[in-house]
Amino acid sequence: MRCDESEVMLHALIDGELDAGHARDVEAHVAGCAGCAEKFATFRTMHDVMSAAPLKEIAPAHLRSRIEALMAVPEGRIVSMRQFLRPTRRSFFGGLAMGSALSGALAASLVFAVMRGDQEQTIAEEVVSAHIRSLQAGHLMDVETSDRHTVKPWFNGRVDVAPPVIDLTAESFTLLGGRLDYVDGEPVAAIVYQRRKHVINLFVAQHLGPKHPRPNAKSIQGYNCRHWTENGLDLWAVSDIVGDELDEFVQKIAGSLRQTPSTT
Amino acid sequence: MADDAVAEQKRMRTFQAAALPHLDDVYTLARYLMRNTQDAEDAVQECYLRALRHFDSYRGPAMKPWLLAILRNVCNAEFARRSKEELPTDYSQDESLGEEMPMWQEPQASPEKMMVRQQDTATIRRLVAELPEPFREAIVLREMNNLSYQEIAQVAGVPVGTVMSRLARARAMLRAAWNAAETVTTRPGPAVASGTTS
Repeated sequence: MRCDESEVMLHALIDGELDAGHARDVEAHVAGCAGCAEKFATFRTMHDVMSAAPLKEIAPAHLRSRIEALMAVPEGRIVSMRQFLRPTRRSFFGGLAMGSALSGALAASLVFAVMRGDQEQTIAEEVVSAHIRSLQAGHLMDVETSDRHTVKPWFNGRVDVAPPVIDLTAESFTLLGGRLDYVDGEPVAAIVYQRRKHVINLFVAQHLGPKHPRPNAKSIQGYNCRHWTENGLDLWAVSDIVGDELDEFVQKIAGSLRQTPSTT
Repeated sequence: MADDAVAEQKRMRTFQAAALPHLDDVYTLARYLMRNTQDAEDAVQECYLRALRHFDSYRGPAMKPWLLAILRNVCNAEFARRSKEELPTDYSQDESLGEEMPMWQEPQASPEKMMVRQQDTATIRRLVAELPEPFREAIVLREMNNLSYQEIAQVAGVPVGTVMSRLARARAMLRAAWNAAETVTTRPGPAVASGTTS
């Protein structure tokens, strides 16, 4: 064996990749060649040091939870949350009416506060689930086009609002298309945008949680959510982009909604 | 409908059990290919989405190299997109850069400098990160992802012979950088000496 062959083969020997015959050949050459023996010792030490060092990176927890969420068992596309939400609400009121010693006014304000927070959280979780579902194969778009004049009429008769479809391509939020989704048991319009590799779902419906004139920020399972009310519509923006960028998106959408008051 | 849901549930569980244990490996390669945390995380997420999409047609090889091959495609697609859309980055994907380098540098170095000594984990990571492609990828797949030559060949889409020569070259470059780093880090001698004399 020549030295130039040995220089390559000795790595295969270090990595345990050689069969017995080739291993013997390399060992024989190394035994009789000071230069190659030296290289062999050096590279074996380097390999041993690297093997012993904890070089493998650990995926950060927020990334892991995002990946786990992708693998969450998807519910059917049409899930009526109402079916199991209604009974719990009824029993909540029922229980309160039966056993409460609180004054009527106090009880009412408490119920209002609890319901408000509760409902916002429940819907936020559903909206995030809908976002995650949408990322799975073939679920992102029902109508796939960057032309807002195609997206908007598509929703006619499918949802009971005319959702604003705003082209923000110039703002580097690319319009990908639209989708019919279901949140809280009601059909909602989902308008899909993209920034770099990140998908943003903008859910629009007449009533989707308590009204928020100013954007309300939440983070669920590593996804950022913004909920606000504009022109009487509830809007939810969900994405894995950083909060600042999602705020920018919300500002752009809200800004152009204000320029074109009520329906467009 | 119910059967579909059960089948889908089963499919997700199978995928999760097969793919999730390799998340750290996928993330590690992503860190070295993309070189920044945010891009690496995006690439990992895209990799798992694609894997999930193609899981039905997955028939082997082993899950780890399959995922790493997908990740590599994701990263390359991202580089291709950037080179089209933005200013070219300095990521050198050019093999000729390495070909021109001698296999064994500084042969006149003194014998005691030839041996490699202990380096801390952070330094090793930095030295590996500074290697040019495709040598960086080869050494990460071998030393960090612990793949066999055959598996590295599958991930990188090259013959095993190419894997062998890339690894030989990668280690030669790494060794040169390793020893150079050592001379820098073993310098604070005078500071200690001046401290004891006062």
